[in-house]
Amino acid sequence: MTSAADSNQQVDGMPTDRARLDRRSFVAALLARIPDALVVTGLGSPTYDVASAGYRARNFYLWGAMGGSVPLGLGLALAQPDESVVVVTGDGEQLMGVGALGTVGAAAPANLTIVCLDNGHFGETGMQPSHTSLGTDLVAVAQGFGIAEAFAVTEADEVVRVADRVLARQGTTFVRVLIDPTEPPRTMPSRDGVNTKNAFRASLGLTTF
Amino acid sequence: MTSTAAPTTWQESVFEILKQGDVRQVAYVPDAGHSHLIRQAQADPEIADVVLTTEEEGVALVSGAWLGGQRAVLLMQSSGVGNCVNMFSLLKTCQLPFLTLVTMRGEFGEFNPWQIPMGSTVQSVMELMGITVFRADHADEVPGVVQAAFAQAFLANERVAVLLGQKLIGAKKWERD
Repeated sequence: MTSAADSNQQVDGMPTDRARLDRRSFVAALLARIPDALVVTGLGSPTYDVASAGYRARNFYLWGAMGGSVPLGLGLALAQPDESVVVVTGDGEQLMGVGALGTVGAAAPANLTIVCLDNGHFGETGMQPSHTSLGTDLVAVAQGFGIAEAFAVTEADEVVRVADRVLARQGTTFVRVLIDPTEPPRTMPSRDGVNTKNAFRASLGLTTF
Repeated sequence: MTSTAAPTTWQESVFEILKQGDVRQVAYVPDAGHSHLIRQAQADPEIADVVLTTEEEGVALVSGAWLGGQRAVLLMQSSGVGNCVNMFSLLKTCQLPFLTLVTMRGEFGEFNPWQIPMGSTVQSVMELMGITVFRADHADEVPGVVQAAFAQAFLANERVAVLLGQKLIGAKKWERD
């Protein structure tokens, strides 16, 4: 048996006495610096984190389709090369669609940044330890898939580096943000996918269909 | 290997329909039956060809393309349809347009029993997930079927699959020449 506390300590090579980052404040600080970016969220807590930072028409929230956030962001990034595209997802959602990092590595859109909020757990389903608590290093995985610009963030002020990468649009970027395995209150955006889709497209000057 | 086979007329017609319809992204897990179309996409500077590790990525990718204002098409083999099932919820929930061309295995003349469980249920699986299924088994019907599917997907905002039958493509040979 592996308790969550044990797994936290064995994870990541992180010193056990260092607090991980607060997910909500990191995401809010990032979004404040990239007001025009197109943002796609992976289901579960990343969707709530992005929603809690306030309404943006340029957010597309996944409430399901687990594993889909990165390939959806890739299609969007290829379609909108002059916009910054950011996928905000978690370790569980990323792991389900992990092969998509290979697809991203091959396509290499300069304007795509993947921000993976890694708490080492499946937070939505009872905080079971995920693979990133049990040996998987997502930065090494991303680099192995050909995403050269892949790095981990452990300090709050590194949000500036992440935002600069997003705004620069000078190469596919993967960021693993080591966050605290806590569950802040849910901030739920609309579950109406059609409404979200239409608002998102309208923000790009596109009609419904 | 059949990937270097000369293109037939129906294969040319499929690319023409996609090109005239301003498709800008072609996502695929390769299949010999799609090899001509993949080569055409790779050669066209206006089309991004995206090789996938698994087909459900393509469902999400073409959705993202459309959110960004581009038309995109997913190419896969029948075995890949099963990989996509949960990702199809994205299409239904968000009412996204969707066009996939599926080359069939596991039917007419199939030598490999492992292809049959998925190949024989592709149409049912697609329909259960809310996708309209068209089918072409003869070369002369391919252009009309693909054109109709294209129109329903991108003009009527439907989710449509075209199954390209094994009778059309030719059963894969068990023994090489």
